[in-house]
Amino acid sequence: MYTVADLKKGLKIILDGDPYLVVAFDFVKPGKGQALYRTKMRNMINGSLLDRTYRSGESFEPASLEERTMEYLYKEGNHYTFMDQQTYEQVVMEEDAMGDAKNYLLENLKVEVMLFGEKAIGISLPNFVNLRVTETEQWAKGDTSGNDSKPATVETGYVLRVPPFIEEGELIVIDTRTGDYSTRVKG
Amino acid sequence: MKSNALWLRAKCIKAVREFFWSRGFLEVETPLLIPANAPEEYINPLIVSPTSQLQTSPELCMKRLLSEGHQKLFQICHCWRSHERGSRHLQEFTMLEWYRSNADYEALMTDCEELLRHVALSSLPEGATFRRNGHSITPFEPWQRITVQDAFERFSHGSVWECLEKGLYEEILTSAVEPGLATFHTPVFLLDYPAELAALSRLKAENPRLAERFELYVGGLELANGFSELTDPEEQRRRFIEANRQRSKNGEVALPIPEPFLTSLAAMPPSAGIALGIDRLIMLTAGTDSIDEVVAFTPEDL
Repeated sequence: MYTVADLKKGLKIILDGDPYLVVAFDFVKPGKGQALYRTKMRNMINGSLLDRTYRSGESFEPASLEERTMEYLYKEGNHYTFMDQQTYEQVVMEEDAMGDAKNYLLENLKVEVMLFGEKAIGISLPNFVNLRVTETEQWAKGDTSGNDSKPATVETGYVLRVPPFIEEGELIVIDTRTGDYSTRVKG
Repeated sequence: MKSNALWLRAKCIKAVREFFWSRGFLEVETPLLIPANAPEEYINPLIVSPTSQLQTSPELCMKRLLSEGHQKLFQICHCWRSHERGSRHLQEFTMLEWYRSNADYEALMTDCEELLRHVALSSLPEGATFRRNGHSITPFEPWQRITVQDAFERFSHGSVWECLEKGLYEEILTSAVEPGLATFHTPVFLLDYPAELAALSRLKAENPRLAERFELYVGGLELANGFSELTDPEEQRRRFIEANRQRSKNGEVALPIPEPFLTSLAAMPPSAGIALGIDRLIMLTAGTDSIDEVVAFTPEDL
């Protein structure tokens, strides 16, 4: 258990059953008065922010979170299944918790899955992923309209802007932090 | 490297010394390691051994000097308060205390006004003011005064008595009253505290629910705490015992009673004393909101 004296930025605790990350902390103590511990915390499942003030004597359960490398297996309905290749243990994550990550998930992609107990609460991807373009308009040679990009759909169904010279069937690199086209994979 | 902050620190401390020396105050040094501090409900001393603790304030020794007949005293020293660490707190910090015999808290408020003007003139560039959260606070215009009762009504639309009853005093003070005091462009005295918040001070003759205690706020930052001293040893003993009773209730250890202090208190003339946080004064001078910026090393640096 943590006490109020352990509170600091970066601490992870459990509150009402959810894991929270302390993102801001200050110790406040008016002259001769009782100490207050002001915190701002982020819910690590849904991202919402919470302000809480604690007093001496209160205690907290540490949130034990574990990050494990897992392989993405498949999607069923709005559930995504990942597997730990060492233990063959599988975890399922709901689409809501995936955020933008679902745009880049191809079977067998290795990702870091954040586990809170048994529950997968988030994933982090490699900064760059390679995905194949499945649909995009042909570039008309001599097009003078001045457009320097066009929409393209990749094999995960994600749609992004790419340069006009990209053709269907080509492999492109996408920056998962911004969701933008990065470069073309030569070959 | 914090070279600007350290120069400013040295200048402020020099200015404080000059101020008290020029007014005939005796600068004293009293032991930092003592057998007993004044037991207070919410102040935890660093206990070194069963018979020694580091001082949380030089108060008791300085009052004993008043009992011996000294009339105007000051001291700049380190104090320790266990587990206090935040943007305005260090477990080990620098305190200025001064005492006047045959005076009450009014005299201390006048001292505060003159001291801050002297510090501003000696350590700030010409025309500069104290700063906090980007606001300027000038000590050169008439300072404001507001009673604790009025401040709670004005800034929280509630009564301080009600807040005390519901255990919300600290919460409302720090979330509503202090931000309210931060809007003043001069320093402000918050005064006449409920008696239960003033363990070592004299009660007001015309209203014993209130104590002759004040806090000096500059830009919403609590800078100093002063009061007319309680001189009745029996009443003081009762308050120490009550503080220990509350501590036990809160799950904190009861603290030893400083007997030699209580004995000497009978001989102490009516007096007034005040404690001012030197680190915070330097924060205001430097215009920084973090105490870390004005000390050579924080505990985390060591």
